[in-house]
Amino acid sequence: MRFFINGDQVEVPASVQTVGSLLEHFDIDNKVVIVEHNGNILSKDTQTEQKLEDGDRLELVHFVGGG
Amino acid sequence: MSERYSRQELFDPIGKEGQMKIQQKHVLIVGAGALGTGSAEALVRAGVQKITIVDRDYVEWSNLQRQQLYHEQDARNRLPKAVAAKRRLTEVNSEVEIDARVMDVGVEEIEELSRDIDLIMDATDNFDIRMMINDMSQKANIPWIYGACVGSYGISYTIIPGETPCLQCILETVPIGGLTCDTAGIISPAVQMVVSYQVSEAMKILVEDFQSLRKKLVSFDLWQNQHTFIQIDKIKKPNCLSCGHERTYPNLSFTNQTKTAVLCGRDTVQIRPAEPVERDLDHLTQALSIDGEIDVQNPYLLSVDINQHRLVIFKDGRVLIHGTKDISEAKSLYYRYLG
Ligand SMILES: [Zn+2]
Repeated sequence: MRFFINGDQVEVPASVQTVGSLLEHFDIDNKVVIVEHNGNILSKDTQTEQKLEDGDRLELVHFVGGG
Repeated sequence: MSERYSRQELFDPIGKEGQMKIQQKHVLIVGAGALGTGSAEALVRAGVQKITIVDRDYVEWSNLQRQQLYHEQDARNRLPKAVAAKRRLTEVNSEVEIDARVMDVGVEEIEELSRDIDLIMDATDNFDIRMMINDMSQKANIPWIYGACVGSYGISYTIIPGETPCLQCILETVPIGGLTCDTAGIISPAVQMVVSYQVSEAMKILVEDFQSLRKKLVSFDLWQNQHTFIQIDKIKKPNCLSCGHERTYPNLSFTNQTKTAVLCGRDTVQIRPAEPVERDLDHLTQALSIDGEIDVQNPYLLSVDINQHRLVIFKDGRVLIHGTKDISEAKSLYYRYLG
């Protein structure tokens, strides 16, 4: 699968079919992440189940606490 | 002194009129670590009327790599950050009034600190205090600017009451559980980038140019060469308990307040006495030198090593117990030596 993530073209294994598995793939599934999928902000409840297709555009922003 | 702000006045979006506005504004900076010292220096140089800067900690050697207001001598003397910051800020611009507070910010404190404030800068290191700031901002109608960083990564968002979603709206939208403490280290350019985003937005607010605000959530990674902006207006929830129609400000309720806290990434527990006390540091120095070794005493705190722990006792009553993350172990030390 090929996505555009935060502006970069990224190749991921074909097993990455949902936002949930994508976050796991990048090891940020245990973080607080806002996901924009093809221009739409995903809500907390449906975020992980959102199906992905080849060529999807995603913006991922995770919250951190340090300062 | 009229030359002082000339370059800022020559910058069209500010001008002489904007500069006059800046010079009438009072900014609260919560935290005097990396982000706080960066914001404070920039705003003091920019000529705000008054800064209130508040921090519960003291300067350590590990701060000097990125906390721009501090010197080696501050670390040697274990000076409270707020005190050291005020000293340096006054040298930078004596025209700005600096109110420096050595204290832990809880609900009562944030209510008091937010009086007559035009803007709150977030320079904290945890979400408990950010949620308090969030609700205070909504309650008192004060804009605030979230900022945070870890590693080479940073994030910022400007929250305008009545306009943008608030932090409660945002964090309700995403799965919680990942808001743990960041222990991954940090490089100073990531700090400076967040400070730049925060201070630019601050200037727009101070000159009342709200149209120019960024309006997007920004995040970046300076090592991975990434930069992201997301429009998150739609996240605003009409039924949000912090900014919605039937708001209760859940983060300002006293029951949520803890008296003990494990400090982020510090192997340290803070204990606040239930009632405010003023410690007699001279007396404590005498009493504690029997079991421990006095490390530093200054007008603001006493630092003493007892076995493998270091106790730092502040005049305002708080005690930091270094060398443990275990609250019950920290409490037993506290009661043995200060109970
Ligand atoms: Zn809200």
